[in-house]
Amino acid sequence: MCGIAGLIHRGKSGNVGGEMTAMLQALKHRGPDSTGYALYGSEDATPVNQYVMRFKVAEQAEAQHGFDIQGKMQERKTAVDSRLLEMGAKMGPMEDATEYAYRYHFDFDGDLKRLVDYVEDVDGVEILSVGKALELIKDLGDATVVSNQYGLQSFNGTHAIGHTRMATESDVDIRSAHPYWAYPFSDVSVVHNGQLTNYWTFRRELERKGHRFMSNCDSELIAVYIADRMNDGVDLETAMKDSVDKLDGVFTYLVATSDQLGMAKDVMAAKPMVLYESDDLIAMASEEVAIRAIFPHEIDTYDPYEGEVKVWQN
Amino acid sequence: MAELKTAGHEMGMHTEQLSGRTQQRFFSPSAEENFVYHDSFEVDFNKSGEVDAADLDPTAVNIRIRELMAEGCGRITIKNPGAQHSIAVGILNRLRLDIQGSLGYFGCGLIDGPNITISGRVGWACAENMMAGTVVIEKNAGSQFGAAIRGGDLVCKGDVGARTGIDQKGGTIFVGGRTGAFSGFMMQRGRMVVCGDAGMNLGDSMYDGTIFVGGDIVGLGVDAVPGEMTDLEADWLKKKFKKYGLTPKCGSVEKMQKIVAGKQLWNYDNLEPSEKKLVL
Repeated sequence: MCGIAGLIHRGKSGNVGGEMTAMLQALKHRGPDSTGYALYGSEDATPVNQYVMRFKVAEQAEAQHGFDIQGKMQERKTAVDSRLLEMGAKMGPMEDATEYAYRYHFDFDGDLKRLVDYVEDVDGVEILSVGKALELIKDLGDATVVSNQYGLQSFNGTHAIGHTRMATESDVDIRSAHPYWAYPFSDVSVVHNGQLTNYWTFRRELERKGHRFMSNCDSELIAVYIADRMNDGVDLETAMKDSVDKLDGVFTYLVATSDQLGMAKDVMAAKPMVLYESDDLIAMASEEVAIRAIFPHEIDTYDPYEGEVKVWQN
Repeated sequence: MAELKTAGHEMGMHTEQLSGRTQQRFFSPSAEENFVYHDSFEVDFNKSGEVDAADLDPTAVNIRIRELMAEGCGRITIKNPGAQHSIAVGILNRLRLDIQGSLGYFGCGLIDGPNITISGRVGWACAENMMAGTVVIEKNAGSQFGAAIRGGDLVCKGDVGARTGIDQKGGTIFVGGRTGAFSGFMMQRGRMVVCGDAGMNLGDSMYDGTIFVGGDIVGLGVDAVPGEMTDLEADWLKKKFKKYGLTPKCGSVEKMQKIVAGKQLWNYDNLEPSEKKLVL
């Protein structure tokens, strides 16, 4: 089943961490296995060439039960540090969110894809996101658990997307949790509810073009496809409209960039989405009950139609 | 075919003339015992009750409705439903229920008899398997609106999502605005009235029943074909529009499009019993 949610403030910032936590907690019944956030701070406040990178050096289960895992995690982290420096990144604050997940700030003006590829080449390391505004956090458990674990309740930003996952076709682990970062594009992320039936054919097509996949989850395909289209110079809305024709199956997905939030629904309209638009904020979720978690009063909501694509600007 | 009864005919309980071996029973609207369950509550429409759902889960709300009916309340108001799922389901009783707010999924499902008004929006599968009564929604509705309903009037004054009236087996669904793709999919009986536009594949694989559309149709589904509106149907539509305060997008009932089953696909009702076994 899975639940997805998104919100974007119009022309201002807000407590997107707390708001998204409330929305995702209301969707817990749609997917209790893992919860993920793509939170967007204000890019304007970030100096040029300064990035935030979220990465992990082990899966949660591995960190708890793996053989000699403490030593291995330390080795992986050290390798990441050294490779970042080797690539010319000037390191800023380096924080550990958990014993296996980290949040690094760094300045870098080179080829981001080369840097990401080199860092991720360290065995056991997965980069969750790199961006000037984006911070992607995902872990096992419901929204309250993940939010408390990573201190997201006070995260201020302009917009966010989130996901509650019911694992169906891949493992219950962080790697298979949503959202997915659209590697190697900074600040692009995707959450998805549905099933893609042309996954393997399409994946091979994208792999031949040089894209990498970290999981066997069909949702990652959407992120990579959008990234591929944007790499060709296509704007977000066009890329999303193209995806409705190109992707086969049933889906509703949300995609976010540094200043935009988009929603696309397949032509069968098989997966739910409810929208609410006010002067200050746009909120959307698989169920209205999630929107009502941040708007307890009566509001006017609506369902987007089949094949519909909508994009909002901060 | 069963003989048409005047009273039921006037109320618009049936207009479609089914072919083949279909046997329809036409109930007399004056025979109240046809619509009362043996264990239903005796309620007084002058006695009212109220449920504040703000701090209740759906099960508690539904139990409270039942308790109030057992106390004889014929009018019940639900406040602060908060878009929760499965509110007001399984009511097999005469009741005037006023829901002040919005419902989530499966609201008013499996009901038989109550008259329900909802001031907000409803989520997916509102009034699924409704058997009798009325449900009137002031705002929008999600997909699968009126899935498999068997009787009564289900009215949404706003827009509704996809697959409206999927597997509809009777009753009437009214949509004040637009309806999404695959509306009337596998419709078997009853009527659907859409004042606005209809999405693609309208009436796909419908066995029977009638769809009226007051706006544009993106496309008809397999075996859905245009039909001729009769004077009786036009009169019935006018009465219903007046009752529910609806207006077709095209301006007048006479300009509405009527869609029926072409019956070129295999039609279950036309099969011999031995053939049905093969199909099943």
